[in-house]
Amino acid sequence: MSSRADVCVVACAEAFRGDGEILAAGIGGPVTVLAARLARLTFEPELLTHDGTCLLTGDVPALGEAPGVVEGWLPFREHLWLVLNGRRHVMLGASQIDRYGNTNISCIGDWARPKAQLLGVRGAPGNTRCDPTSYWIPRHSPRVFVPSVDLVSGVGTDRGAFDLRRVVTNLAVLDFRTPGGTMRLVSVHPGAEVDDVVAATGFELDIPTNVPRTRGPTVEELEVLDRLDPGRLRDREFA
Amino acid sequence: MTKLMSAEQVAGTVESGMTVGIGGWGSRRKPMALVRALLRSPATDLTIVSYGGPDVGMLCAARKVRKVVAPFVTLDSIPLEPHFRRARQAGEIEFVEYDEGMFMFGLLAGAHRLPFLPTRAGLGSDVLRVNPGLRTVRSPYADGEELVAVPALTMDVALVHLNRADARGNAQYLGPDPYFDDLYAKAARRCYVSCERVVENLLKEGPVQSLLINRSTVAGVVEAPGGAGFTACEPDYGRDEALQRRYVETPWEEFDEQQG
Repeated sequence: MSSRADVCVVACAEAFRGDGEILAAGIGGPVTVLAARLARLTFEPELLTHDGTCLLTGDVPALGEAPGVVEGWLPFREHLWLVLNGRRHVMLGASQIDRYGNTNISCIGDWARPKAQLLGVRGAPGNTRCDPTSYWIPRHSPRVFVPSVDLVSGVGTDRGAFDLRRVVTNLAVLDFRTPGGTMRLVSVHPGAEVDDVVAATGFELDIPTNVPRTRGPTVEELEVLDRLDPGRLRDREFA
Repeated sequence: MTKLMSAEQVAGTVESGMTVGIGGWGSRRKPMALVRALLRSPATDLTIVSYGGPDVGMLCAARKVRKVVAPFVTLDSIPLEPHFRRARQAGEIEFVEYDEGMFMFGLLAGAHRLPFLPTRAGLGSDVLRVNPGLRTVRSPYADGEELVAVPALTMDVALVHLNRADARGNAQYLGPDPYFDDLYAKAARRCYVSCERVVENLLKEGPVQSLLINRSTVAGVVEAPGGAGFTACEPDYGRDEALQRRYVETPWEEFDEQQG
């Protein structure tokens, strides 16, 4: 039996399919970190993964465990080099996202005097301009999926994004593979319906006639996930 | 020759209106003993250049700050910095908001005495909108690419905390990440290093590659055991998560008083 979190981890892992020998970087929460490790342990074995601080791991440890083998050093300055070099696919978060994939993690309201100061733009401008970028959004809602973001931290398809691959949420998988680079529904997760996604999205989505179900994990993938995350931390991102 | 001094003496060199660079990253190896001395000094109206953490937050809480130059302000294990947030939401401070990589290029330009360095980071984003003074530059070569010209980040004073230093000003990191402390030292007119321990022979402590900063860029050395707390200073100690939580949950005046 697999949970919604398992489906989401697999959907995030699928974002890394075909990436080859580049760094698969999650944003730090269990779902994206597990996704990178799962992809490496199954269908994308050449991927590089890191320990969340500055080590490239030679093996693939469970969440919270130190690697048994370290194969490289990745201090922040090397991360920033990787961003410019493009040898990295990052899975970011977003407080707001619009239909072109412009995202905001900086502040809510007017930038000059924000209603809510958030993180600041962090590395989102460089990431989205130079690297393949995907997004993981654990709560698909109209507060996040907005007609227009308050501040563009991550650039969208209409502002020169390098390569926006996919957006995975607790309800669905989306991408930008339309002629206009607008957001398109790719699949809905088991237990969710197209109407749920539409109701949770504050702008018009491209919706194909037949929307498939997001695939669940294979038996092998479930085994890997249970080994990497025996305490099921991945389920807690949906609280 | 010794450059040993106290944290108070370092803070005494900082005048109102100066630009102060602060090393470390988020809530990692911040020169908190020097920051606390700065909190007690009369200097105000400061511009802070930092991969921001509780250094920025405390200085904002103490009303020392006119302007922050940063790509983020975070406590890492606690994503949002409460005092920086409050200052921003109250409209009390100016904010120069850069991408993390742009910020590094600003430090690199400052360290190399260049007026700017070009980068792709920032193009297309609102970083250019909220920093109307930023300019782009076009490659003079066949590619003709347009790039952001990140202006040099220079500072009157830089404050950094490392694991070890000698009395002459050579300084060493022993943890997994140097962050950007060497660039702060090179980009500032004067850099002050606090350290866990002043030693005579740094190579007894770690390999030659750990000697991050040499004395030509250092104006003073402060021996400050625990001087990065509550931020992390590996391998000497990790982050004091309980104290950091108390910092977030306690009204500033009360917290400040408790810390002496």
